[in-house]
Amino acid sequence: MAKIVLANLRKTYGSVVAIKDLSLEILDGEFLVFLGPSGCGKTTTLRALAGLEVLDRGRIVIGERDVSTLPPGKRRIAMVFQSYAVFPHMRVFDNVAFGLRMRGIPDDEQRRRVEEVAALLEIADLLDRYPAQLSGGQRQRVAVARAIVMRPDVLLMDEPLSNLDALLRLHMRAELKRLHRETRSTTVYVTHDQVEALSLGDRIAVMKEGEIVQCDTPARIYDAPASRFVGSFIGSPPMNFLTGTLRTVEGRLFVEVAGGRVAPSGIERTVSKARGDGTVIVGIRPEHIDLAPAPAPESIVAHVVVMEPIGPQKLLTVRAGEETLKVTASLEFHAEEGQQIWLRLNPARIRLMDATTGAAIPA
Amino acid sequence: MTLRRLATYSAALVIGAWVAFPLLLITLAAFTPRDVLYRWPRQIWPERFTLDTILFFVRSTGVLPSTWNSVLVAGMTIALAFLLSAPAGYALARYRFRGRDAVQLAILATKMFPATVLSIPLAVAFIRWGLYDTLLGVSIVHTALSIPFVTVIITSVFVGVSYELEEAAMTLGTSRLQAFLRVTLPMALPGLAAAAIFTFVLSWNEVFAATILTLNNRTLPALILNSVVAAGAPLHYRFAGGFFMVVPALIIIFLIRRYLLTLWGVTVR
Repeated sequence: MAKIVLANLRKTYGSVVAIKDLSLEILDGEFLVFLGPSGCGKTTTLRALAGLEVLDRGRIVIGERDVSTLPPGKRRIAMVFQSYAVFPHMRVFDNVAFGLRMRGIPDDEQRRRVEEVAALLEIADLLDRYPAQLSGGQRQRVAVARAIVMRPDVLLMDEPLSNLDALLRLHMRAELKRLHRETRSTTVYVTHDQVEALSLGDRIAVMKEGEIVQCDTPARIYDAPASRFVGSFIGSPPMNFLTGTLRTVEGRLFVEVAGGRVAPSGIERTVSKARGDGTVIVGIRPEHIDLAPAPAPESIVAHVVVMEPIGPQKLLTVRAGEETLKVTASLEFHAEEGQQIWLRLNPARIRLMDATTGAAIPA
Repeated sequence: MTLRRLATYSAALVIGAWVAFPLLLITLAAFTPRDVLYRWPRQIWPERFTLDTILFFVRSTGVLPSTWNSVLVAGMTIALAFLLSAPAGYALARYRFRGRDAVQLAILATKMFPATVLSIPLAVAFIRWGLYDTLLGVSIVHTALSIPFVTVIITSVFVGVSYELEEAAMTLGTSRLQAFLRVTLPMALPGLAAAAIFTFVLSWNEVFAATILTLNNRTLPALILNSVVAAGAPLHYRFAGGFFMVVPALIIIFLIRRYLLTLWGVTVR
């Protein structure tokens, strides 16, 4: 149990910058998720934290100790690898006990602790097997058991679920959440799967090109993305982005978008921060658009391009003027392809962004 | 598709026969009684078999000491080749460093100079260094000959053991060396054993350098070659000698064929 301070980390491979200048504090007992597309530096950051990468500069403090120059084995961390990295030539018991053995912990305590985590991860009856005799999910559990048996200050996980099939992933995700609730160890988790991040993280650090673009709770990340990138990366289907123009008619301020008008809450405060010509990007999530079969005030006219039933709801692709949007609708909603409908963008849920930088304009 | 299969199998059959037929003839001849061997017309399949021919060969002057020499040379070659190739193979498999490609090329480049070209200067140098007619001298040359192969094999063996396993061991408290000894080495052992056996066969079969560089301390192939070329050894001695040389190599290749296939199938990354 310990808090982590990452201060001004930088890592380059030749001319490629993997981590630009990363600073972050992770609280004691927190479950922090690094989320981002491949090549954004999230795994490099995790490996640097583990001591598997040598940084160009920067300091890493775990608890009260500066571990920047310590080898991995001395950092009181444990890591779960994407490939599990379970030792194939050792039985499950020896795999789990490996770290304890390296620490010179007496045999009887080794056995006690291994059996304890084996029970926690439900692998007690597999201890005599070799990894080759295990399924992917079981190997995953062994890898997690091998890490938490060390009672590390910090538990690191590098895309631990990405090699599991969809159903098992769902199950293990819940298991990991339960495990974290029970052990309460500071956990740093790397993934490119936004659903995993949203479901597991106390906080999510969204990364792009070696930088953290937003670090916040899952709810804030989802509802108030700090930039167009975050909005498009999180959510399935992602946020819609429309080009709009700020206008004032008869003293009322609104955004003209796709031939219609919307007045997002707090719009008055955005005017001064918008680009000179008044162009802004209107971000709105598919579930925050209401559909109406007839014209309604403050709505945008559109026509249905595709309608896809996706289980609990329907997903519509609609065109409004030049823009294409994704909208979710209830199963009861019926519309023919090509039919005209009216979209009402929930003003409280609209997120305005700078047309040039893509950064959210604080409302 | 079936036609293609047929062609493939036919080709395999022809190549197989091309290799196996002489071996079969040598084996038959090695167990054929001496008088039958010299009879005309020659019988391909003798009516009776005998161990006399083999025993005659084994009891000939110099055969047993030479066999022992061959084993010693092969042993030393394995030791020397591993001493040089194992660290090189590990480095090539694990690290991307400046000049990595050049090293890899340089290792293969040693194959560009045939032993035939090198032998005379080598003999002169070895006489000067007092290595001429010593088993160590022969081992050194065999080491040089085997290093390219051994390095390639060892590299692919280490590439086959995921580096993440070593990293996992390090996060669990081992040093880099401990991680290698406890995780990588046990897993690489079968492959390394295959590489060692391959080196053994290479050295066991090598005749050219062994002949040029020795006089009294002959290895087995050098002795047989000398007996045949210089002393005009009789037919049955040749057959028995050929059989005696081929069998260990055959057995060994048979035992490690799985590794050879997988090892050479895996290209060095």
